[in-house]
Amino acid sequence: MNGSFRFAGDLFPELTRLQQRLDEVFQTGGAANIRELARGTFPAVNIGSSPDSVEVLAFAPGIDAKSLQITVDKGLLVIAGERNRNQDSNGDNQNVYAQERFAGSFRRVISLPEDADPGKVEASLRDGLLRVSVAKRESSKPRQIAVN
Amino acid sequence: MNNTTNVTKVDQAPAVPQAALVPAVDIVENEVGITLLADMPGVSKDRLGVRVDGENLLIEGSAEVKVPENLEIVHSEIRNPYFRRSFTLSRELDASKIEASLRDGVLRLHIPKAEEARPRRIEVKVG
Repeated sequence: MNGSFRFAGDLFPELTRLQQRLDEVFQTGGAANIRELARGTFPAVNIGSSPDSVEVLAFAPGIDAKSLQITVDKGLLVIAGERNRNQDSNGDNQNVYAQERFAGSFRRVISLPEDADPGKVEASLRDGLLRVSVAKRESSKPRQIAVN
Repeated sequence: MNNTTNVTKVDQAPAVPQAALVPAVDIVENEVGITLLADMPGVSKDRLGVRVDGENLLIEGSAEVKVPENLEIVHSEIRNPYFRRSFTLSRELDASKIEASLRDGVLRLHIPKAEEARPRRIEVKVG
């Protein structure tokens, strides 16, 4: 039974993965951020900021929208949930060759900038891509204060 | 460079970014075949490719990420959401009968074993 489904070159995927991580960490161009060293976390998160909103993109494949909990509290955006190892009933004659996909509960905490408005959060999930958009406060715009 | 060269190049290598992420997979085998699950978040059906060339199985796809204008990237763990991974199939697998489905960014492939490779029962005819 063994070897009926080999990886191309056995060791290569692992090396590729390692190289990929190194590449990402030491990628030239773009500021290297110490936070980017946290690898292997699930879901992977990209964060962007526009004048109107803070956009959080979480790569969360295989997750049901109902099992996602998204909360904003004290300037922290928390994305939590669970992903089950969804296998066809563990049969008797079943061999597992790879089990790389994340399984279990996860929780990612993202610190929002001060001008984010916790009252205006929108979240959508499509094709395993979660997008959370937090609007920025109108009042955070610079204004002048008169001195009496 | 003339047009013909251009077309050939496009055929050989579709306009893909060089750096690809290796999607995490689960691979399980039972009597009837192999089931492969691959995490490909953000990849929709029309941006997914599953190709078999001889004994080589290639899965690839790119995530569609729409961002608002004037977006400044603050933190990025996946810079280029393009996934690609290849596997070598063995002869006993029937590559012509691969079933693929994509749901919530998870690709599921079922690769059945060829009939002759499956455990089977032989009917005994009477008379």
